[in-house]
Amino acid sequence: MNLKSFTARRLPALTQWAMPALIIVIWQVAVSSGLLSTHILPAPTDVVEAGWRLLKSGELIRNMWVSFWRAMVGFAIGGGIGFAFGLANGLSHRCEAVFDSTLQMVRNIPHLALIPLVILWFGIDETAKIFLVALGVFFPIYINTQHGIRSVDPQLVEMGRVYGMTPWELFWRVILQGALPSIFVGVRFGLGIMWLTLIVAETIAASSGIGYMAMQAREFLLLDVVVLSILIYALLGKAADSAARVLERVCLAWHPAFQKPVS
Amino acid sequence: MSTTALRQSAQVVEFAPAATPAASPHGLAINVQGLCKSFGDNRVLNGIDLTVQAGQFVAIVGRSGCGKSTLLRLLLGLEKPSAGTFAFEDGGARVDDPRVARVMFQEPRLLPWASVIANVEVGLGPDRKHAGARDRALATLAAVELEDKRDAWPAVLSGGQKQRVSLARALISRPRILALDEPLGALDALTRITMQRLLERMWLDQGFTALLVTHDVAEAVTIADRVIMIEDGVIALDVSVDLPRPRARGSAAVAALEGRILDKLFGGAENLKAAD
Repeated sequence: MNLKSFTARRLPALTQWAMPALIIVIWQVAVSSGLLSTHILPAPTDVVEAGWRLLKSGELIRNMWVSFWRAMVGFAIGGGIGFAFGLANGLSHRCEAVFDSTLQMVRNIPHLALIPLVILWFGIDETAKIFLVALGVFFPIYINTQHGIRSVDPQLVEMGRVYGMTPWELFWRVILQGALPSIFVGVRFGLGIMWLTLIVAETIAASSGIGYMAMQAREFLLLDVVVLSILIYALLGKAADSAARVLERVCLAWHPAFQKPVS
Repeated sequence: MSTTALRQSAQVVEFAPAATPAASPHGLAINVQGLCKSFGDNRVLNGIDLTVQAGQFVAIVGRSGCGKSTLLRLLLGLEKPSAGTFAFEDGGARVDDPRVARVMFQEPRLLPWASVIANVEVGLGPDRKHAGARDRALATLAAVELEDKRDAWPAVLSGGQKQRVSLARALISRPRILALDEPLGALDALTRITMQRLLERMWLDQGFTALLVTHDVAEAVTIADRVIMIEDGVIALDVSVDLPRPRARGSAAVAALEGRILDKLFGGAENLKAAD
């Protein structure tokens, strides 16, 4: 009975890992049996070995840290500015009239198209990567924050007014809370764009980071390190998304979509 | 109808000893003079004159779109009158604090992200931060018989429970006027009856002045001291309901009064058949 309830609880968590595990097994078998040439794809064991080697030399940690730091700083800057504009334009029609159409025009430029210009401006140092990440993260957070604030139930706002809430209380307890589900959608979109931008930027112009590690490995035909880099990106992306989901579940515990089914 | 005679009869005293809310000092009188409201070219209220005694329970009925909700919204300060004035009065002295009036809307309008108890505390306004706020909220929640749901999210409550939380939120600050904008309109028939009784009990307990907008004439006659009907932007009918409380639903006296008001509402005897 205890075991049964344990598996019932854990099974969904295990199922989501079954598919990746199966793929790795098939991959290993295919390479070991010679079906897949190691010139195309190294065996998973080789990738793990390369990871261990780089971990021992400290190179892996250093590059991961650099990439992680760029991602977070870029996200904080771009997300912060996007959030601020989203708030301002969501709360004030005058603000929206001034900024919104300009921002929408800029949004239609793919931010990665700016890479040549950004390299000319900032060279290949940190600023260039952080600038690109911030620019990429800005829009999803801006748009979803603004949309969230605009779609807060006006009846609740009226209720808040009638019940004597101050403008600050009205914002903090009613408007922001009501906008939060939409803001989280923006955050999760933003996280996806954050990694994408960073991968491209580090691959093209960098002297450290996971992307740089992959490009260096390509020069020396170290296929296992290239694959390792790609897998690390995948894991970091998954980790960021999971963190956002946990935060969402905590902040939106009231939301019917996040309520635990009554047993 | 010799209602005064009914009131004085021994039988009434026996069945409804507590039903003397008009004498309560807690409610405020409402004095409305020549109140008009237009939305663009559409003149919704066209000179409303109304005096409500302190502690009286007044039901406002009328066809949909007749302006009954607009009257309530004007009194709550949610809309600005186009012309005319109104005042809340305590023994003839004007009371200007808007916080003396509370409202219960047709929708519960609970904050979905706040627990039931926190939603009730919203009704305290700035006093929410004072010591004892939680106890007051708990006591009010107990009065609407929902103390076991104190930590629940509004999303898990039924429609009737949500309206009871909304009632607790409206009453926690002990308002002197309670405006009710069709708060029972969306509830099923059984829940409605329970809510009407609860509302009546709370009103008898607290003695506030109640203004109930409703489209249900039976509800108005069952619960109110006085029923006014708004038509073409003016008060077309003003009937006092001097029936003893608690009033039996469907009793002959209630039905007769309901028929009279419906008769007026539909403007002729031939329409009464359709209403039956």
